[in-house]
Parts: sequence; C-alpha cells; structure tokens
Amino acid sequence: MTATEIAAAVRSGQRSARDVVEEHLAAIAARDRDLHAFLVVVADQAREAAAAIDAAVARGEDPGPLAGVPVAIKDTLCTRGVATTCGSRILDGWEPPYTATTVERILGAGGVVVGKTNCDEFAMGSSTENSAFGPTRNPLDPSRVPGGSSGGSAAAVAAAFAPLALGSDTGGSIRQPAALCGTVGVKPTYGRVSRYGLVAFASSLDQVGPFATTVADAALLLDVIAGHDPLDSTSIDDDHAPVSPQLAAGVAGLRIGLVEELTDVDGVQAPVRDAVAQAGAALEAAGATVERVSIPSAQYALSAYYLIAPAEASSNLARYDGVRYGLRVDADHAAAMNAETREAGFGPEVKRRIMLGTYALSAGYYDAYYRKAQQVRTLVIRDFARVYERCDALLAPTSPTVAFPLGAKTANPLEMYLSDVCTIPSSLAGHAAMSVPFGAGEGGLPIGVQVLAPALGEPVMFRVAAALEAAAG
Amino acid sequence: MSRSITRAEVEHVARLARLALSDEELDGFARELGVILEHAEDLAALDLDDVEPTAHPLPLVNVLRPDEVRPSLDRDEVLGQAPAVEDGRFRVPRILDAP
Repeated sequence: MTATEIAAAVRSGQRSARDVVEEHLAAIAARDRDLHAFLVVVADQAREAAAAIDAAVARGEDPGPLAGVPVAIKDTLCTRGVATTCGSRILDGWEPPYTATTVERILGAGGVVVGKTNCDEFAMGSSTENSAFGPTRNPLDPSRVPGGSSGGSAAAVAAAFAPLALGSDTGGSIRQPAALCGTVGVKPTYGRVSRYGLVAFASSLDQVGPFATTVADAALLLDVIAGHDPLDSTSIDDDHAPVSPQLAAGVAGLRIGLVEELTDVDGVQAPVRDAVAQAGAALEAAGATVERVSIPSAQYALSAYYLIAPAEASSNLARYDGVRYGLRVDADHAAAMNAETREAGFGPEVKRRIMLGTYALSAGYYDAYYRKAQQVRTLVIRDFARVYERCDALLAPTSPTVAFPLGAKTANPLEMYLSDVCTIPSSLAGHAAMSVPFGAGEGGLPIGVQVLAPALGEPVMFRVAAALEAAAG
Repeated sequence: MSRSITRAEVEHVARLARLALSDEELDGFARELGVILEHAEDLAALDLDDVEPTAHPLPLVNVLRPDEVRPSLDRDEVLGQAPAVEDGRFRVPRILDAP
C-alpha cells in the first residue's frame, strides 16, 4: 500500500494503524539483518504512536494527512531521546535533547516513526559505505550499494520497510540513492524545509526532503514538512503552496530543457542517457515542448562543490570536540583531548573532507580555492537563470550509473565524488530537484531521471514528475 | 598541472583542524589531497575577476525575530549527554600551560 492509501484507510477506520505498523515491523524483522537500512528501530514507540492514532480515530478525531503511515528517518535528523549518530562513532549513543522540526511535523500529521536509517558518516559519501556502523545493501541487488548518503532511507522505502522516509541532500544525497534504489527522492528548494535539528554538514547546501514509492506520496510528505520555521533563520518566510493539488495538472504547454552538460558528460552510461532522451520524448507526447539547453559552468560545478562543501564542513564539524556530547578521549590538556577525540571518532572520509576544507580556507589558499569556488557558484546561478527564462523545468540524469557493487569505488575518493556530478549544479544554485524512476539499465537495475526546477519551482517540478511516472508505467 | 602537498603542509592543516593524525594518515593525505586539488586546478585557471562570490543561495540579511522569552533546553538533559560534568558545568582538562 502507498502512504496515501494507508492514510485514507486509517482515517476512515478501515484499517488500524496498529495493524499497519505491525506489518512493517515484521518486514523489517524479516529482512533488515541482511540489508542494514536501519541503525535503530523504535518498535515500542511506533506501537504506542499507532495505538494513540487508533484511539483518536475511535474518538472521531482526524489524526492528520499521514495518519498511521510508517516513516523512516535518516540518522542526520535529531530525535529526542533516540540515539542519533549520523553514522559516526563520535556520536555513538548520543541522545539529542530535542527533535528536528521536520520530524515534529510528521508526528503532528499522524505519521509513525519506525526508526533511524543508516547513512554515510555525517552524510559524506555516495554509497553508505562510509557509515561507521557498516554499509547498507541495495534491496534490489544486495551485492550492490543503495547509493548515499541517505542510502538507508532509500533502501527502507525500496524494501517496503516504510512507504515514506526522510533524507538530507547536500550535493545529491537524496536524489542519487533514490535513483539507485528505484524510488522517488526530492531535494526541495533551499530554505523550503526547516533545517532545525538537521545535523549540519554544509549549511548553505543542506536540505531535508522525502523518499517515497510514488510521486503522489512524495508530494504528501513534502506538503507536511515544508513551510517557514521560526527556529531556522534560513527558512523561507512565506507559506508553502501545497504541491499535491498540482499532480493532475499535466504538462501541456510546459517548456522543458534537456541539459547537455549533465547528459553528455563522460561516465554517463548509455542506457541512462537514453532514459533521459525517452523521458523528454514522453513529455513531448504529453504536450510539452522539449529543447536541448546548455549550462556551460556545470563542468566546473563538481570541483567547486568539493571545495565549498568541505570548507563549510570543516567549520561545522569543529563542534565535535569531546566537551559537550559524544565521544571523549582523555588527555592531560584540552587541545590534546580535542585532537585525540576527533582522531578516534571520525572515519577516513570525514577526516579527508575536514582536511580538504581546512586547507581550502587556510591563509594563502583561500583566494585560489574557496573564493574561486564561490565565484563559480555565481556562474552556475547565472547560467540556470538564463535557461529558466526559456524553460519551466529541466531534465538530466540523476546518477551517471545504476547501482554499483559494494567496494567498487571505495579505493578512489575522486571516482566516488563523480557519482554526484549530475546533482551538484542545482544544489549550488539552491534550486529544487527530484529523481523519478524511469526505465532500467545494466542488469535490469533502475534508472532515475532528474527533474530540475528553479527556486520554489516545486509545483511545476511535481507536474513533470507525475507525467514521467505515468509514462514509465 | 599537479599540485603536490608536502607532509609539513598536511601536519600544519591537521593542527589547524585539531586532528591527531597518525604517520600513515599524514602520508596518505599528502597524496590524496594532491590528487583532489589537482582536479580543482581547472578552477584556478578561470578568469573570474569580475564575478562576485556566492556564499549562500538566499538573499538573506539580518533575519530578526521578536525578543521573547521561550523555553530553552533542559539543563540536566543536556549535561546528561556530556562526557564529564561538575557542578552543573562541562568539565574539561586544563587549558592553560598546555605543551
């Protein structure tokens, strides 16, 4: 059952939330030992929440649009009293004293949190192999990665452990795993969804968003979590116009661009390139006009991102100092305690990014690297603005490849970084983007087509996504 | 153009980042950071003198809110997560006269 179907059945009293949650907990118990989508399953809490929802329905109350829907939460989001580690030893056992706004909104809408999902440590990675607690496997082929960094959330939805999940996306961490696991994944416009309670990686890029099996379910969850939050000063200060009512609007008359630089870039597998072309043809058949467009600065976006994101991370992760929470390795003075704690608590990729970011921000290199990268960010924004004068939305691959085998890219950081080449440009611009399953590639594995829209372009983005979903069948 | 990074530079950066890296890690990062930064050299070659840098995607300036008293985090709950506390405060090793 989809989330939309579950919520309708629970609200009308046709199905109990308790029954729904038991079914999903049973699925987790049967298969998650092999997949490792979850770091923590909160079975008792989920049962209590479901019982409360059933009681509300029995009293004639409406529990809300997510009534009784199981939701998996990426472990980068704080949950009061429930261990939140971000896949890192340095936060092993940490129980936050507060809950992320997005999670509060899900609970307020009648959603049932079933657990916290695995991810690359501090969301740094593209395969979930950088989790300190072991990798997650792709439910469609357990010898392959689910993508990352939100691989646990993507796998949880693909394995039907929960119809909905939350992830976080800094350079593609929702969209790429969604593509690799054959689910829908949405990175909302920067500022559309609250970051309060999202553990910070790169604050000018991070955004929380939904995973779902259908476009309608993704819209359902986005409409619950989106909107201004006074606790996040970077959240956009206006009301969120719900996207769910847009889904049936069709694409007739919309102008769609196929982004050349993201489709023809080296490393994009032929079936992925073909899927984007077929997606364009499907939209044309549904009444849209489609043309090829160019974002010339996209070729520099990956390099710019891998300076900007580590620079922001090196600053954000300074807070893990062994003083207020998490791991402490004792030493006889504070500076040594800080350094020994961080050495023991962080894994190799997190150290690599901290080192890279610290280097890029250090005296003598700031202008050559960090400032240059910020200037490229301006070029990317300008290029998108020019294209969006002519287009309502854009198409590109989500990931250059289908899901790859575990271990295939762990020896070469740069090759792993290239997994994000198609998702990074819209992240730098702060725009909306989402991945929709469209066709299959090598080994019958799913391909994701990425729909890009300008800032606050979610309504048109979801219209295009719904049309692609209908065409994919 | 390849940009090599010396071990001394890596040690300096590790000190700035408060990471007590092992000898193996210092050697490894000298090699790896060079490879990653080599990829970034194509940016260094761009002529961007007239382009303003973008630090943030939203044009936000001084977001203000009314100065109202609101509940804050529970002190005991917060301190309950700390590695060491004393008299309602975080306890740390000595910070003065460090070597």
